[in-house]
Amino acid sequence: MNSEIVMNNETTGVGSGRIRAKRSLLSVSLEKLLELIIRLSGVSAILFVLAIFFFVFREAIPITISEHFSIKEFLTSIEWYPTSAVDIRYGTLALTVGSLSITFLSVLFALPLGIGAAIYISEFCGPKLKEALKITIELLAAIPSVVWGFIGLTVMSKVIVAVTGAPLGVNLLNGSIILALMSVPIIVSIGEDALKAVPDSFREAALAQGATKWQIVYRVLLPAAKNGLLAAVLLGVGRAVGETMAVLMATGHAVAIPTSLVDPIRTLTANIAAELGEAPAKSDHYRVLFLTGILLFIITFAINLIADFVIRGVKGKK
Amino acid sequence: MTFIQCNHRSGKASETIQIKGSDTMVNLVQAWVEAFKLVDPSIDIEVSGGGSGVGIAALERGAVDIATASRNIKENEAKAVTENTGKEPVEFIVAFDALALYVNKNNPVDSITISDLARIYGDDLRAHHWKELAITIPNVKTDKIIRISRQSSSGTYEFFREKVLNKKDFSLGSCDMNGSKEVVELVGSTKTAIGYSGMGYATHEIKMLKLMKKTGDTAYAPTVENTISKKYPLARSLQMYTLGKPEGTIKKFLDWVLSEDGQRLVADNGFVPVKSHTAALDTTDTSR
Repeated sequence: MNSEIVMNNETTGVGSGRIRAKRSLLSVSLEKLLELIIRLSGVSAILFVLAIFFFVFREAIPITISEHFSIKEFLTSIEWYPTSAVDIRYGTLALTVGSLSITFLSVLFALPLGIGAAIYISEFCGPKLKEALKITIELLAAIPSVVWGFIGLTVMSKVIVAVTGAPLGVNLLNGSIILALMSVPIIVSIGEDALKAVPDSFREAALAQGATKWQIVYRVLLPAAKNGLLAAVLLGVGRAVGETMAVLMATGHAVAIPTSLVDPIRTLTANIAAELGEAPAKSDHYRVLFLTGILLFIITFAINLIADFVIRGVKGKK
Repeated sequence: MTFIQCNHRSGKASETIQIKGSDTMVNLVQAWVEAFKLVDPSIDIEVSGGGSGVGIAALERGAVDIATASRNIKENEAKAVTENTGKEPVEFIVAFDALALYVNKNNPVDSITISDLARIYGDDLRAHHWKELAITIPNVKTDKIIRISRQSSSGTYEFFREKVLNKKDFSLGSCDMNGSKEVVELVGSTKTAIGYSGMGYATHEIKMLKLMKKTGDTAYAPTVENTISKKYPLARSLQMYTLGKPEGTIKKFLDWVLSEDGQRLVADNGFVPVKSHTAALDTTDTSR
């Protein structure tokens, strides 16, 4: 950065020593200030994360030492009765299962669609269509989650009832289709980057051996880009686990472990969104919701960490 | 707004009434306050929700002038008010509300008993299918009962739990919506669903059920008359509590709320007006 500024100065300045001296007084201090600001904004990300950690833990920790609370019940019971008049219970197993099942299903739907689209854009389509597709997919990524939720609630629910004959339209299947559509753009753009990163010499070598286009994709590109594609999928998963508004609207919001695709479920995120606003501040219920937040933190953190390692693996190989 | 009013009164600060409490009533109270501004612009009224319990707790501290509640004040709460403020809480019933049971319009059922409702929503003798209640729903693959409920912090949820389930817990697995309107919409689009909400939310897609206390009893629909007479089993009154007998501006506001003009807004907001508009302030009692 330093050298760039100096170079700019040399090309624009008249080259006299006086101007140089002036610069070193005023613009060097300005430069230092800018550097400080940039450094601060870089460090601020760490500060914010630490502050959030501190706040969430501070709100949640008192409940873990309370005698009304058992961490075993929290993790292994499905009985979520935060405002019961007879026996208050805070079991989140059904919510965790809800979150994990909707994530798993949505990835199952998004994987072929996302990777397929990435392969098509990267290898098969012409430059004009490629531009159009990329813009459209970016547009897809820009649709707010509440709009997706609305589509799930009004359109998808009717389609599901008509096709499957399920009694209720808002359910696990609805939520995972909506989530899949939301994570496809992420999978496509990162997956396409991964495919693009495969050197052309690979393709040329395969072509020289007489491989068809399909054989190139199947035998050469997919194995060569597999780490990048895996990272794409994992980032899609991260999106799915953390999504709140769309799943709140499309899943039926019922505390139950699903036994079929068309059962309503509730996720950890939707539960926090629905209940935190009305839980009295500092009450047990409020603190347990923060603890649920920490559980969610751990799940998404694990996924991001794995994704990070995988991406590092890709970079290392290059 | 406040600023302008202060200027009008030139020097004398306008008086402020603090109202806090029931979330069910907050829209209604807001409508009253807005209309009352036209009657007497010199009186400032601040309204906030939080729940009936929150409003009564504020009254105990003397922090508000009026607490609104969709349930009656409990004995220990009334005692705390008297002990802390030296004044007894005085109750005014300002409107009635009925909790209606909704089913899809395709459902042939017209009336239901409270005990059947408890079997649908509770854990004792849990009914999973409509046929267990001798009800056949036409044109459906499965007649599994889809239970639509409210989020656990809702006052309506608590009222239902108290009156129908005897304070026992709901059975897990109901779809818990975050508003009365969502409940009604989901029941309208789901053939085998049942849901509960305030009586003002009926649409063409759904049917309100008549309720019986037990089999063989007369079934009552959630109408205005049955709500006032409390023949409808899930009728409730909405009340305001003041610290001691209200005086001055507070009395003026409450008198207006109970007047014909004030009660017209009750009907506009989907609740039932109290029967007699002439119910003067001194006819209400604190013994309830």
